[in-house]
Amino acid sequence: MSATAHAHVDDHAHDHGHHHKETFVTKYIFSQDHKMISKQYLITGLIMGIIGIAMSLLFRMQLAWPGESFPIFEALLGKWAPDGVMDADIYLALVTIHGTIMVFFVLTAGLSGTFSNLLIPLQIGARDMASGFLNMLSYWMFFTSSVIMVISLFVEAGPAAAGWTIYPPLSALPMAQPGSGMGMTLWLVSMAIFIASSLLGSLNYIVTVINLRTKGMSMTRLPLTIWAFFVTAIIGVISFPVLLSAALLLIMDRSFGTSFFLSDIFIQGEVLHYQGGSPVLYEHLFWFLGHPEVYIVLLPALGITSEVMSTNARKPIFGYRAMVASILAIAFLSTIVWGHHMFISGMNPFLGSVFTFTTLLIAIPSAVKAFNYITTLWKGNLQLNPAMLFSIGLVSTFITGGLTGIILGDSTLDINVHDTYFVVAHFHLVMGISALYGLFAGVYHWFPKMFKRMMNKNLGYVHFWVTAVCAYGVFFPMHFVGMAGVPRRYYQNTAFPMFDELTDVNVLITVFALIAGAAQLVFLYNFVHSMFYGKPTVQNPWNSNTLEWTAPIEHFHGNWEGEIPHVHRWAYDYSKTLPNGEYVIKGQDFVPQNVPLHKDEEELNH
Amino acid sequence: MDTTISTGAEEESVWGGGNRPLGASYGKLMMWFFIVSDALTFSGFLASYGFSRFKFIETWPIADEVFTHVPFVHGNFPMYYVAFMTFILIMSSVTMVLAVDAGHRMMKNRVILYMFLTIIGGAIFVGSQAWEWATFIKGDYGALETKGGRILQFVKADTGDRAALADFAEVIPTERETLGRSDGFWFSSESSLPTYSLEEVKQGFLANPNILIRTETLNEEGEKTLLTREESLAKIKDATLVVEGANLIRNEYGSRLFADFFFFITGFHGFHVFSGVVINVIIFFNIILGTYERRGHYEMVEKVGLYWHFVDLVWVFVFTFFYLV
Repeated sequence: MSATAHAHVDDHAHDHGHHHKETFVTKYIFSQDHKMISKQYLITGLIMGIIGIAMSLLFRMQLAWPGESFPIFEALLGKWAPDGVMDADIYLALVTIHGTIMVFFVLTAGLSGTFSNLLIPLQIGARDMASGFLNMLSYWMFFTSSVIMVISLFVEAGPAAAGWTIYPPLSALPMAQPGSGMGMTLWLVSMAIFIASSLLGSLNYIVTVINLRTKGMSMTRLPLTIWAFFVTAIIGVISFPVLLSAALLLIMDRSFGTSFFLSDIFIQGEVLHYQGGSPVLYEHLFWFLGHPEVYIVLLPALGITSEVMSTNARKPIFGYRAMVASILAIAFLSTIVWGHHMFISGMNPFLGSVFTFTTLLIAIPSAVKAFNYITTLWKGNLQLNPAMLFSIGLVSTFITGGLTGIILGDSTLDINVHDTYFVVAHFHLVMGISALYGLFAGVYHWFPKMFKRMMNKNLGYVHFWVTAVCAYGVFFPMHFVGMAGVPRRYYQNTAFPMFDELTDVNVLITVFALIAGAAQLVFLYNFVHSMFYGKPTVQNPWNSNTLEWTAPIEHFHGNWEGEIPHVHRWAYDYSKTLPNGEYVIKGQDFVPQNVPLHKDEEELNH
Repeated sequence: MDTTISTGAEEESVWGGGNRPLGASYGKLMMWFFIVSDALTFSGFLASYGFSRFKFIETWPIADEVFTHVPFVHGNFPMYYVAFMTFILIMSSVTMVLAVDAGHRMMKNRVILYMFLTIIGGAIFVGSQAWEWATFIKGDYGALETKGGRILQFVKADTGDRAALADFAEVIPTERETLGRSDGFWFSSESSLPTYSLEEVKQGFLANPNILIRTETLNEEGEKTLLTREESLAKIKDATLVVEGANLIRNEYGSRLFADFFFFITGFHGFHVFSGVVINVIIFFNIILGTYERRGHYEMVEKVGLYWHFVDLVWVFVFTFFYLV
């Protein structure tokens, strides 16, 4: 590893400039262009999202009207809904697959995959990812894993049904429940491929950000989106392999008779041979991924929000360095808090208090971010377009969900509401809805970059307001249901008379959920319609500073005609004035990153 | 590792963009980050191993008593062979360094030679591992398993040496009939029978007062607890099964997790070494074909070198935790 090996400077940044003759296959299917791959990720993610959300509506209907017959159940679930009444096994399967699809396929691959791919090369000023081939491979492995996950819905005994955390022994013993057979095997295969895909993607994101920034794009001039994607990729590289360890050991237990996670199990009076293993070990391995995964989902959304919010407030982001430091602090802390998912697994109370401490520390960088968003909005010249609304919505749900996180992070409080709907409400708001808002904000903001057309603004407003009201309508009452003690993952609570009076609340929640689901159809219509018939975009529709808007509207492999723009300032010079009170560029309240410093201008401290 | 970072003109803009701040190509950086990720997979396994071993700290098998074999030689040589394997693997790392160095100097023939030696070293290691597995699976003394799943091993009272089942078990003639495929009997499948049945071992034990039982439990000196003859006679009543060798379900050495983790972690590592050898072979042929000579640099050798050193480093940890500690 000495410097002599670098005599060859493979000038990677410049060898993509020329146009290739592309066929349909190389352009649309096995494309190595990051922009096309990002669109592939987005559309695959959206399709998986439709499946995941539709599942949630089905089981919400079961919770509101337990045991009632619906023709739609019979139509969609077939033999699992005899006479239109949902079967308990399929309820568990729906909950499991909903969680898996939303967490991994929509909010990890769909969000981070889409926007890391689109924005990293464009915003740092690179022709493409470091390795276009690995990038393509990453997408197709993601696609394969999605297909396998969808196929698992159709196996005879049903898909995996052990919860998205697939705790053994439920997941490890094929005879434990119908979904633990072939469905579980396919789940594991799909996730193993997904992990490999995520690894390839993350490696690419990391090295691209390190090595391929254009001249002048120092780390402290990176837009916060890039910081967020960069750190997300690092967390992914660190935590996903541990999930792989857990999955491989689980496969051994399932299929080859080892006892890593199993001990002393009787099924129908028969003793199984497993001895000595510990399901708690699985929980440790799983949550070592599982907790960072929350931030893998959330950080890209926060990064997108930073960018969208600063642009649309026409103000520099407040506390750029504090934002970067918080991202790094969150990333670090996320790896040492996993125990707070296990407070009732028999953990030593002292250890519980350690995890409580580290967990509560996360409140600090999170609060820094929340306050920085609010102060960015403060006295801004707010452009309330749909992307901005969703960003503000994210800050709102992030705070609401974060506050209950303080309760759940504290072991003494958590024990009382553990595994109730309180937890469901908490994590849906803080990572589910927040990250979805980030995804929507990103789609509305960068749609013109991706598809060269604008999305319809009014439909965007309808989408936002209905979604925002309904999301709170779903998850706000859920806190109270949880505090009343209703356990999560139960097929129905009719056997507990004490919960009878909560039935109305459950109906309310479900009605809100159904309306929210319908609102997403507006988005889908807007998305597809605008793709073909939307208003053609101008090059820089949001008057934004970042480099992607200096690239031509027309897509070609290599992003910029001729030279890559050099960077002379940070990404947040909005409404910046010279000492004489004039805007830096006359009549324009923004200064793109590639504009050299004016002679009277002072570079903002960042 | 680079001692100085070549950044071009001004020293302060190392991270300023338009250059490679770590002085490494993207491919090499990817390899580094891949190694980070793979290291965490192994950490997951080793942490699980530690977790499980700690749980059974009082009954864990003693590695010195398990890994005592050397090919073609009889006798008790604890750790000799695995030490040899480790030495070979580390030497293959040395030859890999030499190959990378020769690559920097563009000395094709030397790269070929050292890559070849590296491949040979890797192959010897994988082969040795296979032999080690075979020996482990075959077992040597045999043991009994109790109702509770504990392992009972046998010791000769006069010498204190381990006693193999063959040393004392009696042969009771049975009218077991061997049927072939042509005999017109339907049978599904049956696991292979142990060399001696439980009854044969029990009878031999009762007839032979020189044989004592030792249990899994470690005493204060860190040795397995040896029962007296009376205790042994009482204990053998609990036996339900003859165990010879090891598989993923049970093994004659003690805790089930011992063999489970041994197979899994050394297997996973062995798979890495095997992949490394395959990749090295591909690179080896590329070198011979002159691919890198034409490309003007041997960076590929460097990248596979990184992987190879990583695999060696992992072995050092596996070796430490499975064999030494």
